[in-house]
Amino acid sequence: MKNRLLWPLLALAALLLLNLIVTPSFFSLRMQDGALYGGLVDVLKNGAPTLLIALGMTLVIATRGIDLSVGAVAAIAGAVTCVHIGTSGSAGTAIAGMAIALVLCAVLGLWNGFLVAGLGIQPIIATLVLMTAGRGVAMLVTEGQIVTVNNTAYKQVGAGFLVLPISILISLLVLGLVAFVTRKTALGMLIEAVGVNPEASRLAGVRSRTIIWTVYVFAAVCAGIAGLMISSNVSAADANNAGLWIEMDAILAVVIGGTSLAGGRYSLTGTLLGALIIQTLTTTVYTIGVAPEVTLVFKAVVVIAVCLVQAPKARAALSFRKVAVPS
Amino acid sequence: MTPPLNEPPPPVVEMRGISLAFPGVKALQDVDFRLFPGEVHALMGENGAGKSTLIKTLTGVHRPDGGQVVLGGDEVAFSSPGEAQHAGISTVYQEVNLCANLTVAENILLGREPRRFGGIDFPAMRKRAGEVLARIGVHIDPGSSLGEHPIAVQQLVAIARAIAVDCRVLVLDEPTSSLDAGEVAELFRIMRVLRDEGVAILFVSHFLDQVYEISDRMTVLRNGSLVGEHLTADVDRRTLIAQMIGRDLGALEAIEDAAEKRHPDGPVLLHASELGRRGAIDPFDLEIRAGEVVGLAGLLGSGRTELARLLFGADRADSGRLVVDGKPLRLRGPRSAIAAGIAFSSEDRKGEGLVADLSIRDNLVLAMQAARGWTRPLPRRTKDQLVEKYLKALDIRPANPDALVRTLSGGNQQKVLLARWLVTEPRLLILDEPTRGIDIGAKAQIQQLVTTLAAEGTAVLFISAELEEVVRISDRIVVLRDRRKIAELDGSVTGVDEVVELIAGGAAPEKVVS
Repeated sequence: MKNRLLWPLLALAALLLLNLIVTPSFFSLRMQDGALYGGLVDVLKNGAPTLLIALGMTLVIATRGIDLSVGAVAAIAGAVTCVHIGTSGSAGTAIAGMAIALVLCAVLGLWNGFLVAGLGIQPIIATLVLMTAGRGVAMLVTEGQIVTVNNTAYKQVGAGFLVLPISILISLLVLGLVAFVTRKTALGMLIEAVGVNPEASRLAGVRSRTIIWTVYVFAAVCAGIAGLMISSNVSAADANNAGLWIEMDAILAVVIGGTSLAGGRYSLTGTLLGALIIQTLTTTVYTIGVAPEVTLVFKAVVVIAVCLVQAPKARAALSFRKVAVPS
Repeated sequence: MTPPLNEPPPPVVEMRGISLAFPGVKALQDVDFRLFPGEVHALMGENGAGKSTLIKTLTGVHRPDGGQVVLGGDEVAFSSPGEAQHAGISTVYQEVNLCANLTVAENILLGREPRRFGGIDFPAMRKRAGEVLARIGVHIDPGSSLGEHPIAVQQLVAIARAIAVDCRVLVLDEPTSSLDAGEVAELFRIMRVLRDEGVAILFVSHFLDQVYEISDRMTVLRNGSLVGEHLTADVDRRTLIAQMIGRDLGALEAIEDAAEKRHPDGPVLLHASELGRRGAIDPFDLEIRAGEVVGLAGLLGSGRTELARLLFGADRADSGRLVVDGKPLRLRGPRSAIAAGIAFSSEDRKGEGLVADLSIRDNLVLAMQAARGWTRPLPRRTKDQLVEKYLKALDIRPANPDALVRTLSGGNQQKVLLARWLVTEPRLLILDEPTRGIDIGAKAQIQQLVTTLAAEGTAVLFISAELEEVVRISDRIVVLRDRRKIAELDGSVTGVDEVVELIAGGAAPEKVVS
């Protein structure tokens, strides 16, 4: 386990070091009005939605699945909440709006689970349906406009501080919860069993369908909360751009964290590291002033490098010694 | 033993003393094999006998640990299937390995397309493909896309691809398993054409009628060893089956004494009446008592696994009733069977049994944990006690609960799978080929375990390709042939010969090829 996380950890350290060299003030923190500010805090705050979505994605990927719809689901959550809040400034309306949005997200997760576990459609196709249709739903909800709200309570979710940004506290809380639930109950083991060998698990009496269904609902709820953070941070719902391509970042975070896309064993700590790497990378692009037109190329190069150093074959080539590669 | 022709040509392939071991299994032991030009040679043996391993050794997939392969008089050591093909050994596998979206011609010449000006010369390619197809008398348009044709024609295209290169040896691994009688006849016609051209054909099939129709000579393997090489005309079905199923005494004699024949008279645990599933197994009646070992005997494809899967709910029955403990039981899936105390250890350890990337501990408790549901995890201490108990009881090595099951030898994997079900304390344990492909020591331990379990009151349904083994440990033997239950014998008085007689039972009329 330690070994598996070593490379992501080194990659993160290297990225942070690069930032420190370019911007010596990157690590400095300051307190202002009971809130912590600084480059590191920014990384955490901006990375919170990605981390949250990556957590849901980790469990989905562990069952051999994938969920492409999370970005669209995030947009729907933001849209529903903002439309519900409208011009109201009351905390009650905000909470009710968020509750409605999350319940809706759970229903969307049920839909994904139905397509994958119920009808047996390939996950990448099944969730592609909602990935494209979901944006349309969000457009319908917002009637094609960018809906802005002015609600202090809602603003707290994505932009508020309790010393640390509230968004990252929420994400870490969910991380803790998932870690606790999957490792203290048998859920984690059963998820892995289903991911490694669905047929053997079925014959051992595992309720594979229920488990697959559960992880898609969980992923959708995570996406919903992330959508609330994104929308709350700017006090607006943008059906087109909220959470755009965040599914790709989340999948990358999971893969960088060492969970195989082939399903099976997963690592939540790895996903945490992966999400931090992705966000630090995005921040780095700005701090070191990479030209905007090559930003994506730069990100791609770093991601490929991180994935390569994790591959046994590449490492063998790097260290010039023979490593047993299972054929 | 004389080759089919009066003046025997030298063998095109001669394998001498081939041995190959995988971790924990001796897949091939000192096997000799000869293949003559212009003959159809059937390679016979039950599952795990080493047929495919021997073929893969010939075609360069595996490298033997010992022995030599001589091709056309020269010793060869292929390190890849490509090299073997280059040397004139072509293989057609059971599943068609072609690209359905390409044309017939492209498939036949894939990787060796005729070229012109740096591009592919399509007219020349179609012409060459047409010539190859004509050689085996298949008249289809080489420019048509492969996917338009039925599987049987695709199989013929695969053969055309195999002989498009200069091919001295053609290996056909179960080519008939998805063909109907007319298509089989067409395939055989082509095989005869090639044979008469001097190609040596190695043919694997578990349909005895087909083997007797097409082959000139056969080699029989059992448990990775050579049993015999015969002219097909010289050996009758009964002898052949007896050789395939075999007598494997010696190391297992100890078990025989332990398993004195008993007459269990426990209460009836399970009663199936007219239970069946179309295309899998004809409706059958079966009664199993507590503490009884019921053996299922039959050849591969006789319906023994299918019967077991129905009793476990792995497949749903479409006729008949099942009564457990005097109460009717509708099996909606494995979960309802497990709840009724039925356990099923599949013959396909890797595919349907173990979760290879999880630890021994997780695999051991999987069935029990699944029955409890994820919200009620087994306490760590209970888990450790169970794991420790079964690691010791079944002598699983390494005795490290954290070792990944993937890294274990076949015998130890089988024991882990067994232990997973023993943990649930089943009342009926269905063991499908629990001793296949594992070494003799582990085999003896598992047989011993079955006897002990039965003595303690567990009912066991025991399936094995090895008849010796079934006869030795069963109190009652159910004989299957062609997906039908044909007899039920008292295990205490039945001998292997009697069962062989039933299984052979002459030609099965519906499988005779025109």
